[in-house]
Amino acid sequence: MGTFIAKRLVRLVGTLLAVSFLTFLLVNLLPGDAINALIPIDAQQDREFVEQIREEWGLNDPMLVRYGRWLGDAVQGDFGDSIVTSRTVSSEIFHRLPVTAELMLVTVGLSVMLAIPLGVMAAYREGTRLDQVISGIAQVFLSIPGFVAGLLFIYVFAMKLGWLPATGWNRLSNGLLDNLRTVILPALSLALIEIAVYTRVVRSDVMNTLQEDFVLSARAKGLSDRYILFRHCLRPSSLTLITVVGLNIGTLLGGTVVVEFLFAMPGLGKRLLDAIFQRDFMMIQGITVFVATIYVLVNTAVDLIYMLVDPRIRKAD
Amino acid sequence: MSDAVETDRRLLTVTDLRTTFSIAAGDVQAVRGVSFALDRGRTLGIVGESGCGKTVLARSIMRLNLGSNVTTTGTAEFAGRDLLSLPMADMHEMWGMELAMVFQDPMTSLNPLVRVGRQVTEHLRQHLGVGRAEAARTAVDLLNEVRIPEPEARLKAYPHELSGGMRQRICIAIALACEPALLFADEPTTALDVTVQHQILNLLGREQRERDMAMVLVTHDLGVVAGRTDDTLVMYAGMVVEQAPTGSLFEEMRHPYSEALLRSLPRTSQVSHTRLAAITGRPPDLIDPPSGCAFSPRCPYVQPRCREEVPPLSAVDDPDHRFACWTPVGSPEGMAAFARNVAEGLPQAVAVDLTAPSSTGSGGAS
Repeated sequence: MGTFIAKRLVRLVGTLLAVSFLTFLLVNLLPGDAINALIPIDAQQDREFVEQIREEWGLNDPMLVRYGRWLGDAVQGDFGDSIVTSRTVSSEIFHRLPVTAELMLVTVGLSVMLAIPLGVMAAYREGTRLDQVISGIAQVFLSIPGFVAGLLFIYVFAMKLGWLPATGWNRLSNGLLDNLRTVILPALSLALIEIAVYTRVVRSDVMNTLQEDFVLSARAKGLSDRYILFRHCLRPSSLTLITVVGLNIGTLLGGTVVVEFLFAMPGLGKRLLDAIFQRDFMMIQGITVFVATIYVLVNTAVDLIYMLVDPRIRKAD
Repeated sequence: MSDAVETDRRLLTVTDLRTTFSIAAGDVQAVRGVSFALDRGRTLGIVGESGCGKTVLARSIMRLNLGSNVTTTGTAEFAGRDLLSLPMADMHEMWGMELAMVFQDPMTSLNPLVRVGRQVTEHLRQHLGVGRAEAARTAVDLLNEVRIPEPEARLKAYPHELSGGMRQRICIAIALACEPALLFADEPTTALDVTVQHQILNLLGREQRERDMAMVLVTHDLGVVAGRTDDTLVMYAGMVVEQAPTGSLFEEMRHPYSEALLRSLPRTSQVSHTRLAAITGRPPDLIDPPSGCAFSPRCPYVQPRCREEVPPLSAVDDPDHRFACWTPVGSPEGMAAFARNVAEGLPQAVAVDLTAPSSTGSGGAS
């Protein structure tokens, strides 16, 4: 267990170095100049002033030097300041994080809670009308991108029916119901594809598990079908699901950018988008590294969950 | 066997059971009209090589063949009710309570992710509504019963932490938990070490006697059946080819297939490196079974009639000893047929003649 975590930490550090360097490189390659964010266009006529600012911010140094400087600060916990708002990148991130974190949690929770029963039912009734309907719906969900679903939901539930707000955000501290009213449509927009993917994964894993000898012996014991499905089949069938959820966190983080923009939510994704438009390179750098850290941590957690689910893996380590 | 008193003891009557699997290549006739009866507290051995339908037969009676492509016809009357036409809800009540099964491979028939304790008692709890504490006590008793040391510790273990023999003992404990009237043991020792096989068979035998439970022992090994079962069915290509009290079967094998099975057993009395007497040829295609006797293409006694007409399962002198053969082992017809085949150089007859020159046609090869 100790060596496992140590290995993972080494991998995390490696990943973060690579991600932060690549992001730095990409931001560097973006057309446009950070100077545009630092001083208004008309002040840029003054060449000398511009040069002075460039020197001050170190914009004239070679990229590697700038990266080294950023890295040196970052390991000390200083991710720099946003050049637009002048607040520190860390405070911006922690200010925005709750929105995105809740959106992700609700999305994943909703998807898993719907996908497990759907997938199990489809596998149990493999080849029947029910299976065809579930698989058909999954197919449809799979082909609707999050932003299309978002637009559709806004049109139907916010504009036509007026049940839910189209945009905005209510913090959890303003009351759970008000909070949920603002999170449900964005989460559902993101969840459609997740539901479809997870349902398919669960269906195919449960179908395989149903072929196992221990299912036959469980039947021969006279256990009810429901008990066999949920108390015997689900756990051995959940390893792929856990993997896919972990891997999809990446896609989902990308999805939040679009959905937060669409629903005007003050989350990390929206902030990242703003930062990109404004060439707020410290902000881009900070958020990207933060997101990469989350991604690696989630997938480390996935490996730990494996051990909880399957005692044989525990032994092998 | 047909006394009025004994009819009362009758537990299971299987009549003309047929099971077919529809696959892309056609209909596989896995069981082709099997009938037998079993009394309470008695044991029946079902013997045959892989693919002869013995496992499918056992699973058909228990209604455990899953899938929509399986059709089973005939009847299996168990304590007065036909299992094959019972509603599924009633089958759920039968499984575990009245009928239980021990499977071939204890490595895969226990759920690897569930502790042994829950697997031993979950059906007890579901069927009888037994509470957690009482179930735990019963589990310890059951594990003691099947001679597992330190039962409390074993109950907390996962299956992969136990040896194969131990796991099969667990499976037997599971099968016995609700005191079933009939136990199917489907090749219970095939996946185990030779040293453990005897212990497991002895355990099954002891439990069967002590509980006055009926048992069907399915095996490919005639040696397993010998001395352990009251009656024996020999199956070939989905049909019963010989059926007799186990004692009389070993005294006098009448079907050439039974004889071939016995001959193919390795013996400790043979010098080592003696060639095994394999049965030449392969089991027949069950999608399109041969006309006539299914064993005829491999039979050393085969005659033209065998290839055309299916011999009926019938008794000659002993009414309890029935076999399906036109040229039975030990009969004048049989001996004549064999001699003719050897003279004509029929490969399977010549092979038998070479490996066992002294036992020309006599079933009592041992």
